[in-house]
Amino acid sequence: MDKNNQSAPGRSETVAEPELFQGFAAKNPYLADPVAKLDRKLVDTVQEAVRRVGLKDGMTISFHHAYREGDKVINMVVAILADMGFKDLTLASSSLVSANAPLIEHIRNGVIRKIYTSGMRGKLADAISHGLMDEPITVHSHGGRCALIETGEINIDVAFIGVSACDAYGNANGFSGRSRCGSLGYAMVDAHFAKSVIMLTEEIVAYPNAPASIRQDQVDWIVQVDEVGDPAKISVGAARATTNPRELLIARLSAEVMEYGGYFNDGFSMQTGTGGSSTATVRFLEERMRHLDIKAAWALGGQTGGMVDLHNKGLIGTLLDTQSFDAVAARSLESSPNHVEISAHYYASPMSKGAVVDRLDMVILSALEIDLDFNVNVLTGSDGVMRGASGGHCDTAAGAKLSIVTAPLIRSRIPTVVKKVTTRVTPGETIGVLVTDHGIAVNPNRPDVEERLRAANLPVRSIEELYQRAISITGEPKPIEFLDKVVGVVRYRDGTVIDTVRQVAK
Amino acid sequence: MTLRRSMLFIPGSNAAMISTAFVFKPDSVMFDLEDAVSLREKDAARLLVYHTLKSSLYDGIERVVRINPLSTPFGRDDLEAAVRGGADVIRLPKTETADDVKELEACVEELERKCGREVGSTLLMAAIESASGVINSVAIANASKRLMGIAVAGFDYVVDMQTERGDGSELFYARCAVLHAARAAKIDAFDVVYSDINNEEGFLKEVDVIKRLGFNGKSLINPRQIELLHNAYAPTQEDVDYANRVVAAAAKAEADGLGVISLNGKMIDAPIVDSAKRVLSRAQASGVRR
Repeated sequence: MDKNNQSAPGRSETVAEPELFQGFAAKNPYLADPVAKLDRKLVDTVQEAVRRVGLKDGMTISFHHAYREGDKVINMVVAILADMGFKDLTLASSSLVSANAPLIEHIRNGVIRKIYTSGMRGKLADAISHGLMDEPITVHSHGGRCALIETGEINIDVAFIGVSACDAYGNANGFSGRSRCGSLGYAMVDAHFAKSVIMLTEEIVAYPNAPASIRQDQVDWIVQVDEVGDPAKISVGAARATTNPRELLIARLSAEVMEYGGYFNDGFSMQTGTGGSSTATVRFLEERMRHLDIKAAWALGGQTGGMVDLHNKGLIGTLLDTQSFDAVAARSLESSPNHVEISAHYYASPMSKGAVVDRLDMVILSALEIDLDFNVNVLTGSDGVMRGASGGHCDTAAGAKLSIVTAPLIRSRIPTVVKKVTTRVTPGETIGVLVTDHGIAVNPNRPDVEERLRAANLPVRSIEELYQRAISITGEPKPIEFLDKVVGVVRYRDGTVIDTVRQVAK
Repeated sequence: MTLRRSMLFIPGSNAAMISTAFVFKPDSVMFDLEDAVSLREKDAARLLVYHTLKSSLYDGIERVVRINPLSTPFGRDDLEAAVRGGADVIRLPKTETADDVKELEACVEELERKCGREVGSTLLMAAIESASGVINSVAIANASKRLMGIAVAGFDYVVDMQTERGDGSELFYARCAVLHAARAAKIDAFDVVYSDINNEEGFLKEVDVIKRLGFNGKSLINPRQIELLHNAYAPTQEDVDYANRVVAAAAKAEADGLGVISLNGKMIDAPIVDSAKRVLSRAQASGVRR
């Protein structure tokens, strides 16, 4: 480029001199080979794919957690990378689960140095909470992960994406093949942002595998493996309606809060969560929707058989699905035109040009602890050990017009309402209502909602009253003993640090 | 008027249930020291129930204690713990004769004096669980001023009758006899438990029968049944509207000094006004029927 030329701001100063034409296949030699042309992405082993993408020590690898406890990919790939001698990798999985306990060994041996995740449970979480890692892990929300990727803090060098089936070019969805996870909403983000994508598939199906959630133009290499995940382990009883009287009581109250909170109008939108209590809430809500002839325009989130049922009955127009929690939801995603797969970026990212959470009317959320300022902990247990996940909690709470947290006031002698949460994941200013089996508390920043719930004769108390009630039954719990070392940094969805998790004393 | 639609049974030995069951807001709760408590837990249960009665957990809920029969080694200790603890009602199981009630009344009075409770503040109820109990139900219902109600208890009764639980015909005479005895004595009447807890439809069918017979309510063994029962007993919106008009007409008649109440040109008598008040109190307690 002539040095006197002005170039537009932000554009590269130099454009390389074009080369002379050398033949149609000079740049893309596979085009000259009719077999290679079609099979060029297929490699025999994960090792081979890893060599081809040029993974190096210190790089960042990513995974999705659509199979949750049934995932077979994360442990398998990290074990292979360990065998290959890689060190100091950053593991950026959309989340980690109890089944990821084998990672402990790889952290100890220096294969994994750093972790980004939405949450963790089980032995891995226990070991990290007790100081396994030199560097604290970063805990992010689903939307927050996308923001960290977009800002470049999570710089995915290689995304390993497990799917049940894809074609020879890498077109994949979550409902082809035998191990169907449904929505690939988390993997879609990685496929979009990663520098290289290695797809692990149980089966190669005929081209084109449509529709493609992960597209051929995003996939570098494809490896066929025995199994990527067990869909039976995605949900733990999510689809079954509870018969626990206490959960039913909370569910009924939650449905009443939804009905009278001010947003139960024809065309409303909601996200309800996946536990037994949420499923029951939806059942109670269905009765009120029918009675008052109110339909939901759309429902968001992890989708379950319960929501699909309402969708099929015409009570919910569109299901927006980042993650399918059971086989019914996965099948519906395949067959219903208005059951739509969305990426986590589309779902919840504060840096996305449009996140669905911002349009939500109501969301039902859970809590391990909630404090007098309505701050919510969904990460650390009453012993200070990590046993949960940030998930879409703070994303939906920030976006929805009314966030409703539901929890039993006491869980086996441990109060849920506390003076100050052990770990703040979702700021109290974004929580509207707390529903417990001992009554409802409304955030003082929502006097409008409180007025409506009181007018409907719902058992509204102050959160201090609920706290006192809990303490009167359980006594004041002894504070958890922590050491100084920080084992986890909790990031809010916008990337800011909202809290830290310290090592628990043995 | 005291609403007694639901009486939730809680085994006196079950600390987990005792520490949470009040959230379900039954009208009455019955802490059981008798059949639901095994022999080796009798003392522990008595102590647990005593401390529960002393706490404020069940404020706003009528607290009934089912003691072991006074003829057993546990009966008198149970009664002392219940009266000292401040139980609202003592439930006597397996009541056969009016003398059973009188014996209990004497013991309660003695205990009230001993522990400084106002004499007469402990109410009684009698559970009728045998053929002879049913036959004596009129005498039983009139045996004490402290009796707030009598209850049919189905399990022992059907055994005594050499039959078993079925479609309800096996209980038909007992229900009618006990209910008439209660109504004649102007006390409350309670129906049997429905033990097939996963059968909502069957439960609601039985509730419909006993509600139309005239029972105040029912003994319950699962908190899930409370809401179902309260809803079934809740008046419809039309019932409430009519009851409001009746009560308003009665108030107006009284203000105008009229002895005869009329609504829309029809004369309304006192029982209709009472019935309207009952409808409104049920609506107040759990809203209109959904």
